[in-house]
Amino acid sequence: MRHLSLPAERASISSLRAGDVVKVSGRLVTARDRAHRRALELSSAPVELKSVYHCGPLVRRAGDGWEVLSAGPTTSARMEAYLEGLLERFGTTVIIGKGGFSEGALDVLRRYGCVYLSFTGGAGALAAAAVKRVVEVHWLELGIPEALWVLEVRDFGPLVVAMDARGGSVYARPASGQE
Amino acid sequence: MLDGLVELIRTAVVRLPPDVTAALEAALAAEEEELAALQLRLMLENAARAEELGVPLCQDTGVPVFFLRGEWGEVEPLLAEAVRRATEQVPLRPCIVHPLSRENTGDNTGAHVPVVHRIPGGERSVSFMPKGAGSENCSAAAPLPPSAGAGEIAGFVADVVRRAGAKPCPPVVLGVGIGGTLEHAALLSKLALLLPLGTESEEPALAELERRILREVNSLGIGPMGFGGRCTCLGVRVLSAHCHTASLPVAVSLQCWAHRRATLVERDGSWEVVQP
Ligand code: SF4
Repeated sequence: MRHLSLPAERASISSLRAGDVVKVSGRLVTARDRAHRRALELSSAPVELKSVYHCGPLVRRAGDGWEVLSAGPTTSARMEAYLEGLLERFGTTVIIGKGGFSEGALDVLRRYGCVYLSFTGGAGALAAAAVKRVVEVHWLELGIPEALWVLEVRDFGPLVVAMDARGGSVYARPASGQE
Repeated sequence: MLDGLVELIRTAVVRLPPDVTAALEAALAAEEEELAALQLRLMLENAARAEELGVPLCQDTGVPVFFLRGEWGEVEPLLAEAVRRATEQVPLRPCIVHPLSRENTGDNTGAHVPVVHRIPGGERSVSFMPKGAGSENCSAAAPLPPSAGAGEIAGFVADVVRRAGAKPCPPVVLGVGIGGTLEHAALLSKLALLLPLGTESEEPALAELERRILREVNSLGIGPMGFGGRCTCLGVRVLSAHCHTASLPVAVSLQCWAHRRATLVERDGSWEVVQP
């Protein structure tokens, strides 16, 4: 199983092929619909968005900080409308989510050099085990699930390279798109 | 009672019901595709880990939905208080927002939330089935032509699942309601999800329809998390009501593999949480 350090450079993700299984370590930033929209409206974000995780974590206050209890992926199709803007403005190279994008997104991923990794949907407890700490949180006023959570993860996975940066996809049929 | 309700919610979100675990294990044993089998293994591993640590197995602890059997009186405030406490104590993720402002209430309650359905008659019990958004966003209801018949109903359901693709965290569980009025068909589709996996309708025509839908859906080839393979659906149940001669409402509730549910029943004067 390949191991990827985050943030990942284009060169290191370009060799990944749909169907490969990887783990990642480094910093992930969670973002859902509202955070995507706000980041694109402002054309800026309080934190680098090179590695984006479609996730609204279940957290608990722990002293001054936070503890992540369950943090599986959310449905990526909802964020497809913001995909091109995100890649263009923020240079995202790794997106982690579940359910994939529509077939049309393959070309966007290829042009900007970004890979889409799928984590098992609903596997929130497993995902939380790889989260070592919450580095910081921004835009909490959007609500806990919609905020930008900066998570330090170690050996997060196994993740399936579901849509690679060369136009490849593992989805049996791109029925996961928005219809 | 309040403590029992909080325990009911905790059990439902932490412990995958044994019927679902058994269905996932059977699917894994039959799976030949490597990526599909990996997803099923991770689902089972996740369920075991969540139970061991006592944390919610999926971070989307959903819309709180209660089903009351028997006579309960004005129990809504108590159910809301149980949800508030569970949100703090389990904890649950605050998921509930105003439909337009999208402002989060912070405690998983709000106007008409928790959702409460009353089923008249029978022994007193409370079932809790939280509904996650990933799968609920793929649920559908439609008035079919009154003469549609089993083939067209199965086709409609298969189409809903095909359009959903990998979004509802397959393998899915399907609850189907046919007949009644549109809102009643939708409620029946949710009640169908409460029934244990591995059972079938006592009415032969409905049991046949359940088998037909399962066959058609599993031939779609979506597979666990959309990676292909044999198992797209773990089980189908259909509930029906008579309907107007000129209509045939059909509703299908998609449920993810994380098919969380538990019931509080009275045994020897005390409350006990059971799962199918
Ligand atoms: S669809 Fe179900 S399993 Fe998947 S993230 Fe939502 S609640 Fe969890």
